[in-house]
Amino acid sequence: MAEDLQDCANSVVVRRLTKTYGGIRAIDGVSFRIGKGEVVGFLGPNGAGKSTTMRILAGMMPATSGTAHICGISVANFPEKTRNIVGYMPENNPLPEDLRVVEYLRFRARLKGVPAHDVKRRVDEVMKTCELHRKAARRVIGNLSKGFRQRVGIADAILSNPNVIIMDEPTIGLDPHQILAIRKLVASLRGKMSVIISSHILPEIELMCDRVIIINQGIIVASGSPERLRNEFIKDENYEVSLKCEPDEFAKVLSSILDDISIKSVSNADAEGYRDYVLKAPVGRDIGAVLISELSKDTRYALRSLSHKKPSLEEIFMAATRRSWDEVRSVGSSEKTAEEDMK
Amino acid sequence: MRRFITLFCYQLHLMAISFSTYAAAFLFLSFMALMYLVGLVEISVGPSRQSPTELFLSIFWVPVLFLVPLITMKSLSEERRMGTLGTLMTTPVSAWQIVLSKFLACYFFYVILWVATLAFPLITAMYMPRTAVDARIFDIWQIGTGYAFIFVSGAMYVAVGIFASSLTRSTLVSGMLSFCMLFFAIIGSGLLSNFPLPESGAMALLTKPAEYMQTFKHLEDFSMSIMDTRPFFFYLSTALLLLSFTSLITESKNA
Repeated sequence: MAEDLQDCANSVVVRRLTKTYGGIRAIDGVSFRIGKGEVVGFLGPNGAGKSTTMRILAGMMPATSGTAHICGISVANFPEKTRNIVGYMPENNPLPEDLRVVEYLRFRARLKGVPAHDVKRRVDEVMKTCELHRKAARRVIGNLSKGFRQRVGIADAILSNPNVIIMDEPTIGLDPHQILAIRKLVASLRGKMSVIISSHILPEIELMCDRVIIINQGIIVASGSPERLRNEFIKDENYEVSLKCEPDEFAKVLSSILDDISIKSVSNADAEGYRDYVLKAPVGRDIGAVLISELSKDTRYALRSLSHKKPSLEEIFMAATRRSWDEVRSVGSSEKTAEEDMK
Repeated sequence: MRRFITLFCYQLHLMAISFSTYAAAFLFLSFMALMYLVGLVEISVGPSRQSPTELFLSIFWVPVLFLVPLITMKSLSEERRMGTLGTLMTTPVSAWQIVLSKFLACYFFYVILWVATLAFPLITAMYMPRTAVDARIFDIWQIGTGYAFIFVSGAMYVAVGIFASSLTRSTLVSGMLSFCMLFFAIIGSGLLSNFPLPESGAMALLTKPAEYMQTFKHLEDFSMSIMDTRPFFFYLSTALLLLSFTSLITESKNA
């Protein structure tokens, strides 16, 4: 079966997935594909539907409608078969408090169908990967720190060499060293396993993932590489300028060079009289060279630094979620207007 | 099957490292030893129609009322409260396998504790061989059938405890629910027989089922070495039904 699964071009195929709790739609017609060996970041504000989607993919709960296939296997029809090929680390990572790390991982390996003669070797391997092999291996889980518990969860998720790994907030509570280790671990999985990671630490997602899916209010509002999303959602570019010049005067200089550049923010002058400006310019317009040449003409302006500020994933996330809220609001208000018209 | 055995061994391991298991075992064995001693004292002061084994088994319901809630109350409620049941459900095992493994682990412990009480007649026979012969302490048939009743009825009582544990996240509430359900199943059915039911009409239809559920009548039959298949069917089918409900509840509450 493992060989058959390897042939699938897409490890995860989700079509119009919907889940309702009572009258509330947690996710609404979510569709996406994840290629084999791809690392995908799943982003969204609290209550957006990330965990619900992940739980459905892990075969833990059924969807109300729509389909989800993992390596060609229907999650709804064969949830147990799906769990064989998915490694899932749930949010908060609940673990039995009374067991030792090594005992717990051996138990999980046996449950996940790791051959009996291979259990010890495989557990030792994942403990080494997650740096649990030193003191932590023999410690009782209840006495572990948050970071070590997260590592146990990650070790469990990769234990049976699954085709797809789903990790819900894996870096929460980890120190920078541990985050770096997780980043390395995810990088080592790239190309071998498909990885879905949800996180609120957006720079982490940008560093780890090939692609990002942003979900808001149960709907996918953006999907693609960070670069593509940058082009789609960010209409302005920012430049940071450290300059000895009064804001009014600088605004005049800017308007004399290019009319579509404006000052976004300005700091107070420091001890040497320099101010930090953030300039807003349309995407694709390289103003750096022009600005340097214009400012160097006048000796009154002392330029200390100028840099192009690449929009972060956080800005993309904010723009994408804001746009979806605006859309929902406009749909809501138009529906309200229609209702009022009907009256 | 391998996964089920893994789950079963895991449940046994959890029970082996849990303090409540040892507390339950200590309470149960202390109480039963005391009851056996009372039985011995009773036959020593005058002639008795009942053997100490009969006397001892007739109060089986007292330890059952506290032993079963103690060993089953944590099984599902604690796992749900901690969220580890959800983690368990991310592996390729079904809710039925989880429930059955928990049931069998608790039942195994229940049986082991009752088997340990066989040491009482054994010790008596070792130190008082004459009394043992005179008082029919080692009536193999009586012991065999009496313990058969304990084991068969125990399957239902443990299933009741597991079922109660699946209904709530609170271990305490689960224990109380289990106690109430067991009280109704053991004592309630006995009390029901004290109410004279009319011989005709709709209420008369209850006579047969009420008779069928008489726990103490079953015990009496078993103690007299009467092996009837109906109690077997009653206890085992009820246990199976309760475990099926528990499995459905576990599955739906996890979704």
